[in-house]
Amino acid sequence: MNRFAELLDRLAYEPSRNNKLRLMIDYFRSTGDPERGWALAALTGALSFRHAKAGLIRSLIAERTDPVLFELSYDYVGDLSETVALMWPAKKAHISTAASQQGVEKQDNLTLTEVVETLARLGKAQLPQQLARWLDALDETGRWALIKLVTGGLRVGVSARLAKAAVAALGDKDVHDVEVIWPALAAPYRGLFAWLEGRADKPVSGDPAPFRPPMLAHALDDADLTTLNPADFVAEWKWDGIRVQAVAGSGTTQRGETDGGLFARLYSRTGEEISKSFPDVLEGLRLPGAIDGELLIMRDRRVQTFNVLQQRLNRKTVTAKLMAEFPAHLRAYDLLADGDEDLRERPFAERRSRLERFITRLNNERLDLSPLIPFRNWDELIAARKNPSTAGAGPDAAAVEGVMLKAREALYVPGRPKGLWWKWKRDPFIIDAVLMYAQRGHGKRSSYYSDYTFGVWTKGEDGDELVPVGKAYFGFTDEELLQIDRFVRRNTIDRFGPVREVVHEADRGLVLEVAFEGLQRSSRHKSGLAMRFPRINRLRWDKPPGQADRLDRLETLLASIEQGHLQGQIA
Amino acid sequence: MIRPEDVLVPSPSGVCCKRGGFHIDPTRPVERAVITHAHSDHASAGHGAVLSTQETLDLMRLRYGENFAGTTQALPYGETIDLAGAKITLHPAGHILGSAQVAVEVDGLRVVASGDYKNAADPSADPTCTPFELVRCDLFITEATFALPVFRHGEPDAEIGKLLHSLALFPERAHLVGAYSIGKAQRLIALLRKAGYAAPIYLHGAMEKITNYYIERGIALGELRPARGATKANLAGTITICPPSALNDLWTRRFPDPVAAFASGWMRVRARARQQGVALPLVISDHADWDGLTATIAATGAGEIWVTHGQEDALIHWCAMRGLKARPLDIVGYGDEEGDEGGEETS
Repeated sequence: MNRFAELLDRLAYEPSRNNKLRLMIDYFRSTGDPERGWALAALTGALSFRHAKAGLIRSLIAERTDPVLFELSYDYVGDLSETVALMWPAKKAHISTAASQQGVEKQDNLTLTEVVETLARLGKAQLPQQLARWLDALDETGRWALIKLVTGGLRVGVSARLAKAAVAALGDKDVHDVEVIWPALAAPYRGLFAWLEGRADKPVSGDPAPFRPPMLAHALDDADLTTLNPADFVAEWKWDGIRVQAVAGSGTTQRGETDGGLFARLYSRTGEEISKSFPDVLEGLRLPGAIDGELLIMRDRRVQTFNVLQQRLNRKTVTAKLMAEFPAHLRAYDLLADGDEDLRERPFAERRSRLERFITRLNNERLDLSPLIPFRNWDELIAARKNPSTAGAGPDAAAVEGVMLKAREALYVPGRPKGLWWKWKRDPFIIDAVLMYAQRGHGKRSSYYSDYTFGVWTKGEDGDELVPVGKAYFGFTDEELLQIDRFVRRNTIDRFGPVREVVHEADRGLVLEVAFEGLQRSSRHKSGLAMRFPRINRLRWDKPPGQADRLDRLETLLASIEQGHLQGQIA
Repeated sequence: MIRPEDVLVPSPSGVCCKRGGFHIDPTRPVERAVITHAHSDHASAGHGAVLSTQETLDLMRLRYGENFAGTTQALPYGETIDLAGAKITLHPAGHILGSAQVAVEVDGLRVVASGDYKNAADPSADPTCTPFELVRCDLFITEATFALPVFRHGEPDAEIGKLLHSLALFPERAHLVGAYSIGKAQRLIALLRKAGYAAPIYLHGAMEKITNYYIERGIALGELRPARGATKANLAGTITICPPSALNDLWTRRFPDPVAAFASGWMRVRARARQQGVALPLVISDHADWDGLTATIAATGAGEIWVTHGQEDALIHWCAMRGLKARPLDIVGYGDEEGDEGGEETS
């Protein structure tokens, strides 16, 4: 348990993705079965047991500590699990000279395996006592990890995908190779580790509705167009929802589930199963097959914008009310399997016609076909991208985030193969804003002021004032970062911990050209607006801050987005 | 019957002994000062006369220059001088090199002002200073830097192990360890040597003078090199000790993908570590932790406790639960050791 706790501890502090990977690889390499398998399950969110409530933890500590000292400590630390982990009375005497002088190892034989296996069979009534015994046996970090684990609050900045990538690296495999067999696996993943370490064959997916690693597109530059022949490509809209894979098949799962008929599962782009969040769309998938598509919210036969979809995402429970208010819809791009037949080795054009027939056979209003965009030459496609509403997208144009180009002959190749699929996003919105605050970055950027809060002008009590409208920490080059960092250090007017306020007056300050993908209303911001995906597009050293944009312009923009009128570049 | 207040009187700028005519660790210039240790929140320049251990006087001289006080007098541990009937004895506090508790005895009543202290059970936990000595007394003046039950510092060797493990795991990165430049920096180096780490250790410029003094005093620290002038490639896989304020500084850009570590008792609390942008917190403290504070208070046998700088409330509550008379001393300016290192370097 201590090794696992140390890993979590280190992951929680490490900002870099790459270094997190290495910490996990080191752990998986140096830890045996089944311990590492349970760790992988914990990191991928695959553990399931009855979680302890915060109230239980509180009552355990209340039995053991002075209430005044607990309140003072909790107030100082600010996190219940951490406070309890730190002030839990140690069983060892403080002055344990014998142990430290002789370098005796800590008496800790508690394993994660024991914890997980015990929790799986423990009755609710026995939990408090068992938990207390474990807490007695662990040190501060161990206790912290245990409490986070049993209360379901294990957040150390590692996605399930990153943990899978770390495991894959054990056998020099790609994360796709693990993702594709993942649904067939169960903790503690002995077969997976055996395969990755070259001791056994690859585990076979026995799942009737398996995930297939998706094919991804490269971003298209305008210059790329000249190298491509329009006749080789098909174009369709890039819908602004979430990319999903909907799979149905019949049989029994390795986890023992069966309903005697058809199994339908919905997967995210990274292979996370999200079926429980979207039962309404899965109901419509009554034929065996695998669809690659976009999950959207559809009201009155109109696609809603991402802003609307967001209100349905990340909900723990899906109520009937939520489903009625935000009806989920699958818009199909591709067909990877039709019945038992794997179509991924067929060219796109063939898959597309199979998809059209498949959707017709399904005959369900929750699933439809993503329409193709007719074009004879690039100019026609450029025009369509600029104005989707008149090029076929009609009233759904507000939910179009660009155009996809797919080679007619392209097989369905997992990953991001070169030259087969291109995404050509619509131009971003652009405004000129004024730098107001800068904050130090993390990790490699910890000595740079690299996170920027910027504002636009609005009428204040004493004339015009800047109101913050967003924050961006990328989009600039390394050279530009150095320039902004220097500007921040030389033009600081106030400091708040890691944040510096920089000069921002009508004639003194730095104008940032900010690009963003969308706008929505937000009560969390003083301006009442929040930008989607803002980044620094350009530094406008030439522009006096007084000439930066005004809040009115963003409000007009938001109003037209909400009415669905807006497309293409507005700047 | 003499009362503790007849021996020492608290004032906002430090406790004062009227009988002997001196202050202990005054935060403003006074005629006569007894100084417990050389950290800047306890040892300020500009006093008329200063009484302290030789090491503390030397460290103050390195810090503030030759004329940091009118006159100085060194008093070895365990020896007593009599100032108008107030008998002063210095006892090791185990905090840093030269740190002392000040025992003042007047007419048979003994008061101990501990300054900052650390009562490690294992003397090898700090190879750079004389271990804490318990002094029985009637009134004990204790610090309270880590006076909450959440602070238990654990074994420093285990924390050094974490640092060495990280070094092995990331051999192409530089490891920067933030540490206060008087005491913690040298202790960290000594602990690394004790753990068998024999490679050269690099030093931030602000550390050099004080560290050389430790070496002059016979404390073995192995091969040390200035980080200044070393190439980026040479700093891969090395350990550099720097003031905490340098961890997020421009100065770090000379290092290859640095791992920011910080050795401090504060690293026990995640929010504190995260706030400072630390990726590798090391819980190594030169102060007594909660168990150390309470065990010491109990062992002094003192019936009255005065509590200075830190989390006074919890310690006073603890005393009250045990029938000890306790009160906080509001001395302005304590508890920010090395606060004068906060400025950013620009090179």
